[in-house]
Amino acid sequence: MGIDNLQDNSSIKADEMVLNMGPQHPSTHGVLRLKIHTDGEIVSKIDPIMGYLHRCFEKHCENLSYEQVVPFVDRCDYLASMHMDHAYSLAVEKLLDIELPERVEYIRVIIAELQRIASHLVAIGTFGLDVGAITPFTWTISDRERVIDLFEALCGARLLYNYIWPGGVSHDLSPKFIDRTIEFLDYFDKKYDEYNELLTGNPIFIERTADVGIIPADVGVDYGVTGPSLRGSGVDYDLRKTDPYSIYEKFEFEVPVGKGEMGTVGDCWDRYWVRMLEMKESMKIVRQAIASIPDGDVHAAMPKRIRPKKGSVYSRYESARGDVGFYIISNGKNVPVRLKMRSPAFCNLSILSEVAEGWMISDVCTILGSLDIVLGEIDR
Amino acid sequence: MQPDDILKILQQIEFSAPEVKDPTLEGSTEEAVAEGDIVEESVSDKVEESDRLLFDEDSQSIMVDYSIWLDVAKELKGNKDLNFDYLMCIASYDLGSDRLGLAYNLYSNHLKHSLEVKIEFESSVEVPSVASVWRTADWHEREAYDMMGTLFSGHPDMRRILLASDWEGHPLRKDYKEPDYYRGVPVPKDKTAWE
Amino acid sequence: MSSVVGSLNELLVSLFSDISLDVSFLFLLAVIIPGVVIFLIMTVNAIVAVYMERKVSAFMQDRLGPMEVGIFGFKGGKKFWGGIGQTIADAIKLLVKEDIIPNDADRFLMILAPFIIFIGAFVTFIGVPFSEGLIISDFNIGILYVIAMSSVGVIGIILAGWSSNNKWSLYGAMRAAAQIISYEIPIGLSLILVVIVVGSLEMSEIVKWQADNRWFIIHSPFAMLGFFIFFISGVAETNRVPFDIPEAESELVAGWMTEYSGFRWALFFLSEYTNMLIVCIIASVVFLGGWLSPFKIINLPYVDIIPDSFFILDGFYLGLFWLLIKAIFLIFVMMWFRWTFPRLRVDQLMYLCWKVFIPFALGNLVFICIWELLF
Repeated sequence: MGIDNLQDNSSIKADEMVLNMGPQHPSTHGVLRLKIHTDGEIVSKIDPIMGYLHRCFEKHCENLSYEQVVPFVDRCDYLASMHMDHAYSLAVEKLLDIELPERVEYIRVIIAELQRIASHLVAIGTFGLDVGAITPFTWTISDRERVIDLFEALCGARLLYNYIWPGGVSHDLSPKFIDRTIEFLDYFDKKYDEYNELLTGNPIFIERTADVGIIPADVGVDYGVTGPSLRGSGVDYDLRKTDPYSIYEKFEFEVPVGKGEMGTVGDCWDRYWVRMLEMKESMKIVRQAIASIPDGDVHAAMPKRIRPKKGSVYSRYESARGDVGFYIISNGKNVPVRLKMRSPAFCNLSILSEVAEGWMISDVCTILGSLDIVLGEIDR
Repeated sequence: MQPDDILKILQQIEFSAPEVKDPTLEGSTEEAVAEGDIVEESVSDKVEESDRLLFDEDSQSIMVDYSIWLDVAKELKGNKDLNFDYLMCIASYDLGSDRLGLAYNLYSNHLKHSLEVKIEFESSVEVPSVASVWRTADWHEREAYDMMGTLFSGHPDMRRILLASDWEGHPLRKDYKEPDYYRGVPVPKDKTAWE
Repeated sequence: MSSVVGSLNELLVSLFSDISLDVSFLFLLAVIIPGVVIFLIMTVNAIVAVYMERKVSAFMQDRLGPMEVGIFGFKGGKKFWGGIGQTIADAIKLLVKEDIIPNDADRFLMILAPFIIFIGAFVTFIGVPFSEGLIISDFNIGILYVIAMSSVGVIGIILAGWSSNNKWSLYGAMRAAAQIISYEIPIGLSLILVVIVVGSLEMSEIVKWQADNRWFIIHSPFAMLGFFIFFISGVAETNRVPFDIPEAESELVAGWMTEYSGFRWALFFLSEYTNMLIVCIIASVVFLGGWLSPFKIINLPYVDIIPDSFFILDGFYLGLFWLLIKAIFLIFVMMWFRWTFPRLRVDQLMYLCWKVFIPFALGNLVFICIWELLF
């Protein structure tokens, strides 16, 4: 980003036009700026410019104790804060090498999967907006609201929860939480089919998304694309299965991958469809977890103060957007020496210029929407 | 994937990588120069060959000397037994006294194993870019340069990525001093509001 | 001369016959009064249609829509009438809003463009009937005139997009030009069906034919196909979803209207909703029997299905009612499209026009000629 980019027009041919998409633009999903070189409607080059939301979160963390980092982690992926909390807590727990009570793991899984549903709902809704369908967005947002209401009942916060802490969770489940969750799942089961009727099978939607923005599997891996965006390309890479953390081995669920039902494997429709199917799988996991949740003290394993041994750890976590990694270096004090977050949306965005070249301006919005980026974690 | 399995594979690398590297190193300098890379022969010559690849017990990672890193990276990806096709993360860190480090976390989608590679070097040294091996390294290296000031040689498009292009300094360095002004706007130093 | 201007002129002449007023002045008055009435219709239409659009969209999106702004202290509660004053408040807001013209914009063209678009919509009404005899001028090239005038607006759109000196506006304008000019062709081709069958371009003649025979939409399968081509192309010509690529809010922010604000933007808005109304009225008049009641959908002289007493429901005032009902239903369908469909891409839009609609419309033309020869 910066001023000099505006003047650097030496590489532009006479018939190319440079279009600035963003940082204020409805379909860049935040303050992302895309410098698009266009030849008519066709995009010949995309240069994503980010950092408008940069707050140097990693530097903050170097001045905060491990407990104090959690709220900052929340603010990275503000659409899936629970995942960020969970990912960070896993990393610190790996560093501390502590065992968690069963109940904590169950609560975390329930919360994480509900969060995945909420996050995917936003992804699907905004993807609809990007291709021009407005109604799915209002529907998904109102359903996401129900999940957020659950979280509000759980921890009082609606967006940035600060709920999952290293060593446990901040509170136990409220007594009615389980009932309300089951109620939500029953409701959402029905609602799920309505989304399919409204969006999935819509011929214009298929026309706009199928065969558009194809990410071949090997290119996706090469660019470090993860999460539903990679699974849409048919790669069976889901950390909940491939490298199970927490207690995901105990649950039965599928890892949906793109099969190219409407076009080529790895197109925007596949990525959308993978997210739809993942919500279904998440519901399955939540139901299983609720059925077998044990009793226990959620604060049992929580350390009084966190002072990990000297050393470093890299921990990964399957968030709604992909592979969240935390690389933490400890020097034995209560403040991390270095905390590096591997942002999934950051890597997912890096493939945009590769994929979107040669497509039209409208398709750039579609592809960007299908990658489901959150600028909070790209810019950190 | 069990930790001892990882260890076995790591030991394999410890054996195989230097063997692969030795014959290619002389040739690779020419190749690299032809590609526009700059390999500082004088610096690499100083390093003992045995020190170029070490196993770090604490973090269960291998330490690679920066001079051979590009070849090791190619081997890590290309070797059928290793096949690290997915570079998860590049974490840069400041070791103090003008030394920096980079930690590369790799994963193989086919063989389902992971590995951490560490490079530690003086801050003035240019580390060979692995953007040609894993394309995701492109942005990760730009970020490392932007935040930590690690220099990379042979990177296709080295610019700042998160900070403004006219930003001075690299904020994640331990000795970083925040500027008093940015483009004439005073930077608020009074932190009582949030501390 | 069964037109409003003519009869108004006669009326004025007879009213002011005792006062010695200049005849040409009276004629001018007879022209100005309908003009004012058209402007009122456009305004009222926009206000009502915007309100309807908001409520329809709210209904489809599980929302309530505007709820707070009442009119004369009447708020309507959580019903359809809640927030009935919202569009009026919005209209007032638009009128008093600051009118921003960017520094680098072409001032003259930027100011001119909304008026061209507005005039395009305005003068189209001269040939648009509202009921039997309720047409400003029922001239013998009615349909041709309406098609010609409804495409005047595209000049304004290009001017607006170019003069804004904004790349997004330019993209919007280029898309709009391509789209509107392309979709003129299927619209024209499907209206020719009627002309072939009826043998006249005059609006009243077309409805008269439908009164004597049957609604044109059930004239033949080809006429029905023609109706769908006409209506969908009409949606495209009014730049509405799924063909709203010139505005494309998620791609081009607001397309050719990006730099406009306040009153000028209100003129665009007014013209957009007016164009919707025109397309829907023309579709109703040409294909759906115009001001005929639904009981006149088919007129078979030898079978007496519908008792004659039902034909009381036809007439001047009820005709206005029927025509508006049909038009409003079509407007509702347009809104229905808007709130359920995603947007097409620009190449898909062109594909639809040139490779689907135009061949079909041309085929239609041939087949309807054969049909006319046979039956």
